[in-house]
Amino acid sequence: MQIELTVNDKLVTWDVENDEFLADTLRAHGFLSVKKACDTSCCGLCTVWMDGKPILSCSILAMRAHGKKITTIEGVSQAAEEFARILTAEGAEQCGFCSPGFIMNVLAMKNELDNPTEDEIIHYLTGNLCRCTGYMGQLRAVKTYLGVA
Amino acid sequence: MFTVLDMAQPDKLEEAFEILTKRKNNTILGGCAFLKMSKKRIGTGIDLSRLNLDYIREDNGFIVIGAMAALRDLETNALLRDAFGGILSQSVRNIIGVQFRNGVTVGASVYSRYGFSDLLTALLVLDTEVELYNGGKMPLRDFLQKPYEKDILVQLRIEKNQRLAAFSSFRKSASDFAVLNIAVSNLDKQWTIAVGARPGRAVIAETASRALSQGHLSAEEIEAAAKIAADELSFGTNTRGTAGYRKALCQVLVKREIMEVLQCKSN
Repeated sequence: MQIELTVNDKLVTWDVENDEFLADTLRAHGFLSVKKACDTSCCGLCTVWMDGKPILSCSILAMRAHGKKITTIEGVSQAAEEFARILTAEGAEQCGFCSPGFIMNVLAMKNELDNPTEDEIIHYLTGNLCRCTGYMGQLRAVKTYLGVA
Repeated sequence: MFTVLDMAQPDKLEEAFEILTKRKNNTILGGCAFLKMSKKRIGTGIDLSRLNLDYIREDNGFIVIGAMAALRDLETNALLRDAFGGILSQSVRNIIGVQFRNGVTVGASVYSRYGFSDLLTALLVLDTEVELYNGGKMPLRDFLQKPYEKDILVQLRIEKNQRLAAFSSFRKSASDFAVLNIAVSNLDKQWTIAVGARPGRAVIAETASRALSQGHLSAEEIEAAAKIAADELSFGTNTRGTAGYRKALCQVLVKREIMEVLQCKSN
């Protein structure tokens, strides 16, 4: 079927399969920041925004994106870079494979929550797994970025 | 991977139901996160996105939740955060992550009657009705005992009363499936205790609920009711815990949640 959607502020028309998931569609069209890792909807690496809300693109059918606004990290590069610099300064970046999804969720949290507490930050980021750096460095970076350190 | 041969996005419920019943393997699609892990071969997948069923609102003394409301909507909705001690919001808040809950739906969680469901356990101790397109309205507890029939869950209707309630789930790690989940509520001295992720589907501990409602809520009676609940329900073993472990947990958690409800103040 054909879907029409906005990806990073650009209107596109794509042909998708009925059982195709959005992460695969995005990757097929060159948005390679979108990663897939767990196959069980629990790692958060495929996080993109749909109408501003963070979603797991690996678990949302592409046809559900019809008429929606999709944002990947390519579409918010300035904010992503600002946070990434803090993240690396805290030593909270090693292989980087989980970073695009993680950063998209951090930016979504910044838009959704005002001055979150540490518990609220952890709760919001629970669905983003990292298997090499560790979460303490990430938490320090997030708090610095949000100005709640 | 599951496969979908055709896709339908009907504008009317009657059209959706017609497609659903036309062929055996035609299926309603919720968020698809669980379906994704199956090998189901679907003839026509029916997407309800165009039916505007993603609401949560108050209507004539009921809180009404549309089938396509996301679990994250339950978590953040002001009406639900206030009602019944916020147990519906609490029951979903540890289900994987924010992104997952933005994509999965209330309708699919309830209609599929998943054993691991945290939401079903919480809904069971409230005065919850399920409204089906073909089957009409019925109490959730009746719906859970019915055999699967092809139908469309349109919305949930929860009587908005002064019921006090508490929920807890026991998890080995945040965002994992629960080893066990418990909900307890009280209205006009009538108590309801529900236990889910046994790992079977959530059920009401009827004998324990009755015993608690007839007593004076002394420490001994609360202890006894918790033991009755653990004795009357059946538990199973899976990778997250043995039946014996769940039974032991059940007694402790039921007692805690009864104590929690006793501490609640009516608002």
